[in-house]
Amino acid sequence: MLILCPNCGDRDLSEFSYVGDATVQRPNPPEARPEDWQSFVYHRQNPRGPHRELWQHNGGCRLILEVTRNTLTHEIVGTKVAGPQRAGSGT
Amino acid sequence: MSGFRLKTGGLIDRSQTRTFTFDSKKMSGFAGDTLASALLANGQSLFGRSFKYHRPRGLMSVGSEEPNALVTLARDGVQEPNARATMVEIFDGLKATSQNRWPSLSFDLLSANQLAGPMLQAGFYYKTFMGPTRKAWRFYEPLIRRAAGLGKAAQKPDPDRYEKINSFADILIVGGGIAGLTAALKAAEKNARVVLVDEHAEFGGYHRGDPREADTIADLLVRLKSLDNVSMLPRTTCFGQYDGGTYGLVERVSGHNREAMQFAPCERYHVLRARHAIYATGAIERPLVFPGNDRPGVMLADAVRAYALRYGVSAGRDVVLFTSHDGAYKQLSTLQDMGVPIRAIVDTRTAISDIAMAQVAATGLQLITGHTVTQIHGHHRIKRISIAPFDPYTSAVNGKERAFECDCLGISGGWTPSIHLTSQMGGAPEWDETLHTVLPGASNGSWSVCGSVAGYFDREDSVQSAEQTAEQVLRKLSLSRARKALAQPERKDVLNVGPVWSIKGAVGNAFVDFQHDVTADDILLAHQEGFLSVEHLKRYTTLGMGTDQGKLSNINGLALMAEARGLEIPKVGTTRFRPPYTPVSFGSLVADARGSHWRPTRRTALHSWHLDAGAEMIDAGLWKRPRVYKRGDEDLEQAYIREARTTRQSVGIVDVSTLGKIAVQGPDAAGFLDQVYSNAFAKLAVGKARYGLMLREDGIVYDDGTAWRLSETEFLVTTTTAQAAAVLEHLELYLAVHWPDLKVHVTSVTDQWAGASVAGPKARAMLSSAMPSIDFDNDAFPFMAIRHGKTAQGIPVMLCRLSFSGELAYEVFTPSRYGLAVWEELQAAGKPMDLVTYGMEALGTLRIEKGHVVSSELNGLTTAEMVGLGGMASQKKPYIGSGMTDRTAFQDERRHQLVGLVSKSDASVLTGSHLVRSPVLTTPCLSLGHVTSATYSPAREKYVALALLEKGRDLIGRELYATFPLKGHHVAVEVVDPCFFDKDGERMHG
Ligand SMILES: [Zn+2]
Repeated sequence: MLILCPNCGDRDLSEFSYVGDATVQRPNPPEARPEDWQSFVYHRQNPRGPHRELWQHNGGCRLILEVTRNTLTHEIVGTKVAGPQRAGSGT
Repeated sequence: MSGFRLKTGGLIDRSQTRTFTFDSKKMSGFAGDTLASALLANGQSLFGRSFKYHRPRGLMSVGSEEPNALVTLARDGVQEPNARATMVEIFDGLKATSQNRWPSLSFDLLSANQLAGPMLQAGFYYKTFMGPTRKAWRFYEPLIRRAAGLGKAAQKPDPDRYEKINSFADILIVGGGIAGLTAALKAAEKNARVVLVDEHAEFGGYHRGDPREADTIADLLVRLKSLDNVSMLPRTTCFGQYDGGTYGLVERVSGHNREAMQFAPCERYHVLRARHAIYATGAIERPLVFPGNDRPGVMLADAVRAYALRYGVSAGRDVVLFTSHDGAYKQLSTLQDMGVPIRAIVDTRTAISDIAMAQVAATGLQLITGHTVTQIHGHHRIKRISIAPFDPYTSAVNGKERAFECDCLGISGGWTPSIHLTSQMGGAPEWDETLHTVLPGASNGSWSVCGSVAGYFDREDSVQSAEQTAEQVLRKLSLSRARKALAQPERKDVLNVGPVWSIKGAVGNAFVDFQHDVTADDILLAHQEGFLSVEHLKRYTTLGMGTDQGKLSNINGLALMAEARGLEIPKVGTTRFRPPYTPVSFGSLVADARGSHWRPTRRTALHSWHLDAGAEMIDAGLWKRPRVYKRGDEDLEQAYIREARTTRQSVGIVDVSTLGKIAVQGPDAAGFLDQVYSNAFAKLAVGKARYGLMLREDGIVYDDGTAWRLSETEFLVTTTTAQAAAVLEHLELYLAVHWPDLKVHVTSVTDQWAGASVAGPKARAMLSSAMPSIDFDNDAFPFMAIRHGKTAQGIPVMLCRLSFSGELAYEVFTPSRYGLAVWEELQAAGKPMDLVTYGMEALGTLRIEKGHVVSSELNGLTTAEMVGLGGMASQKKPYIGSGMTDRTAFQDERRHQLVGLVSKSDASVLTGSHLVRSPVLTTPCLSLGHVTSATYSPAREKYVALALLEKGRDLIGRELYATFPLKGHHVAVEVVDPCFFDKDGERMHG
C-alpha cells in the first residue's frame, strides 16, 4: 500500500504509522465537560467506508497527514497535511 | 503403478544424466526431470503416507496442486520439509526422503490408523478432547502429533541466502501458458512495462511439451525475449495480491542448481507494485470421488498425458482412464504413438460427443460408457479395478460389478479454474451452470483474467480472450488508443461435463481431500451433525486446510455438501482463498533481515570503553547497555551490590547517553511544556531543570523525565530510554493537530549528546578536579541548576545537578564526538577517590532504594496518585490528561498503591510475584497486588522490592507473602514505605 506524502511523494506504508482518528476534536479545556473528554478519548465511529485518519511519515519527513481511507476496500482516497492549513509554511 | 521411460518424447535432455537418492536409494533421471517424473520413470509407485491414516499414497498430479507426493529435501546438513516432488527439479546429489512414515515408506506401523478409520472421522478431536475428557488431550497429544503430520522442520539455522527486492510494472501477468504469453506480448508491444511470471521452470503452461504447440510457444518466447520492457520470471510464484496493487512473488533462483547456489541466493522475494494484473493462471483438473480413489496408481488423467509429453514417461504399463467429460479424450493417439499403453476409457456418461468418439475410433481403444469404477484392488499399487454400470441421472450404481485389469488409472471429473488470486482481492467466485465449474467473480478493477481461468477451455477462444483482455487493460492504463474494443469470445462448453459428485452404491473410503484424509462420508457426517455452512464444514472436517489449500478438493467438497443439503451448488456458497497460493518459505520473506540485521543496533559513544572494561552488555530496546562490570570471579549479584555500595560510599559513574533527549525550541516552548507536563513549567527559571510527569489523555502516567531550561525559548527535555521515540511523536502530534498555533519546534537530539551521571558523596570533589573552571560549591551550583563549562582539557560540557540515585549527583553532557574523551577524563579524576563504574543492575538497585518509578511501575495502568506522584498533578492549569484525572474509577479505593517490601528472610523477592495473605503456597488464592521491581539493597542489607498493592499505604507495617507458584517461590515480606533510604533527601541536597 502506498500513501502520498505531500513532501515526499508516494511512499510505502511501512514508512508511516497510524497516530489517531482525525474526526475527533480535542475539547477546549476551560469549557470542556467530563463527557466531552470521555467522548474524545473513547468514542469512535468505526465507519464502513471512507474515514479520516491521522498518519505520520515518521520513517521520512515526520509530517503528520490526514489520510482519507476506505475501511472496506483499504483504498486511500486522499491525503493532506493534518491540522488547519497554515499560510506560507516554508519550514 | 509401474511407470517407465518412453523411448522418445519430452522436454528432457537425454544426454545429461542426473543422479539422486530417494530414501537413500540411488536413482537417475535426465536434465529437465522433476523429482516426480524421475521417480515415476524409475517405477516408483509409493510416494508418501497420508496425514491421518498413514495410507500409502502415490503421485496424483504434475503440478503445484500435488497433495500426496511431499518429500523432505536434505542439503548440507539442513532439511526442507513438504517439498512437492512435482515442483522439484533434479540435480546431481539431490537427496530426497519420504515423509510421515515409520519405520519405512513401504512398511508403516502407524498405518494401523486406517483400520481405526471411523475413530478418526470428522470432528474426532473436538468430540474426544473437549468437555469432561479434555484432560486426556495432555496425555494423547504427543502421540497424536507423532502420528498425524507432515515433514519435520529443520532444527538448525538455514544456511541458505535469500534476498528481497522491490520492483515495479505497468502490468503483471501471472501464468506463462499460451494465453499469458499472448497477453504479455500484446502489452509489451504497446511499450507497457510487463512482468511475466510462471511457477514452472519453463513457459508454455498446459501446452508445455505438446509437439503441436512447440512452434507457437517458441515463437512467442523469441518475440518476448527481444523486448527489453518485458521481465520474464520462470520458477516464480505469485503467491498473493495485496492492497494498492502490491503483489508477493517468490522466485526460486538457485535451489535447483547446486553450482549456482554458491553465488546466487536460494530464493528471491519480489515485492512488486503493478498498475494492473492479468491472471492467466489456467485451470486444475478435478478428481472423481469413488472408493479407493487414493490408492497409488490413481492419478489425474491429464497428469498421464503431461508426464508423457513433458518428461517422456509413461505413468503405467496398463493404463485405464476414468472420466465424465470430453477433455480426457485429448491427444489419445499422440500418447499411443509415444508408447503409453492406454487400454480403455471408462466414462460415466451414457453418450459422448462425436469429437470424443472420433478420437476413440482413431486409437481403437476400448470405450466403456455408462460405467463407473467402484473399487480399486491392491494396497501399494493397483492390481485391478472393479467397474459397474452407472446411472448418471441418479448417480447410482445400477448393475453388477466386474473386474478389470490395469496398473494405472487416470481420473478426471472436469477442470476448475485457478481462481485463488482473484478471490484474494474480493472477487467471490461464481458458479457456472453450463460449464459445471466456478469462475472468477467480479474484479475490483485491479485485475483481469484470460484463458482457461476465465472459462475459455477452447484453445482459440483462450487466445482471443488474452488479446482482448490485454487490449482492454492497455486502454485502461492509457497505453493504447485503439478506439474499438475487441469482443470477448462466447464461452463454449467444449468439455461436455456430465457432473458426478458421488457414486451411490459403491462402498468404501472415497477421498475428497487427499492431503487431510477427508472422505465423502466425513462430509455427510458433518452435514448430519449440523455443520451446514461451508466455512464450518471446512473447519470441522479440515477439508482444504492442508498445505495444498484444497486445490483438488474444494469443488468436490462443496458439491457433496450441496447434494447432502438438497441445494444447488451456488446456494451453498464458496470459501475464500487466502495467500499464499502455494507454501512460501519463511527464509524468503525474512530475506536479509535476520541475526544482527533483524533490527538496528544502537551503541553509545562509550561502547568500546565498556567492552574494554569487561562490561557484560544487555539489550535495552535497540541500545546495548552495560549490565555489570564483573571483577574476578564475581557473579551478577556480587558485582551489582559492589557497584551500588561503592557509589553510596564514595562515588560512581554510569553511562546515561541512551536517555531520550528532545530539543523544544520556540517562543511558545514554555507554554507548550506547561500543557505537556502535569506539573508547572511556565515559570521555570533559565538555567534550572525540573522533574516532570507526562500523562496520557486518559489520565494514566505516560512518561517521566526532566526539562532543562537553556534559554527563554529553548528547553532540553529528557525522556526514558524506552519512550524516546514515542514521546517525540506525542509532542509532534499535539503541535500539528491540537495546538497548531503554538510556535514550537521539537527535534530529537538523543544521538547528539553523550551523557554520564556522577553520583556519590565524593562526586563534588571528583568533578571539581575534572573541571576546575566550574564552581561546584553548594551555593554556587545548587540542586537542579544547569552549568556550562569546560573540562580540564578544554572540552565543552553541560552539567545539571540531578539525582536518580538519591546521592549528590551531576549529569555531565557533552557532544557525542567528545563523549569518550570526557568519560576518560572523568575516570582519571575519579581514580584517587575510589570511583566505581556501574551498570544497569546497580542503577536499578539505587533507584529502587529511593522508590523511584520506571516503566515496570508506569505500566499503562497506573495513575500519578497510585505511584505516589499525586502531588505532581497541578490543580491550577489544564494539561494533557487533566480532563480525565478526576473520574470515578480513579477514586476507587481498591486501586493499587506503590509500596516497598522488605524480605523477612534471606530469600530474595522475585519480580512478578503476587502478594497474598496465605503463609503457605496454595493456588488458587486471592492476589492483592504484584511485585514490580526487586533487588538486594546494600543500604538496607536485605532483599527489597517495589510493589503495587491494593490499599497499600494502609498496609504499611503488615506482613504479606510474595508468591511465585511457577517457580515454587514463596517469601514473607514486610510492607514498608517505597523509599528505603534517606527519605528526607539530605544526601542529594548536601
Ligand atoms: Zn514525507
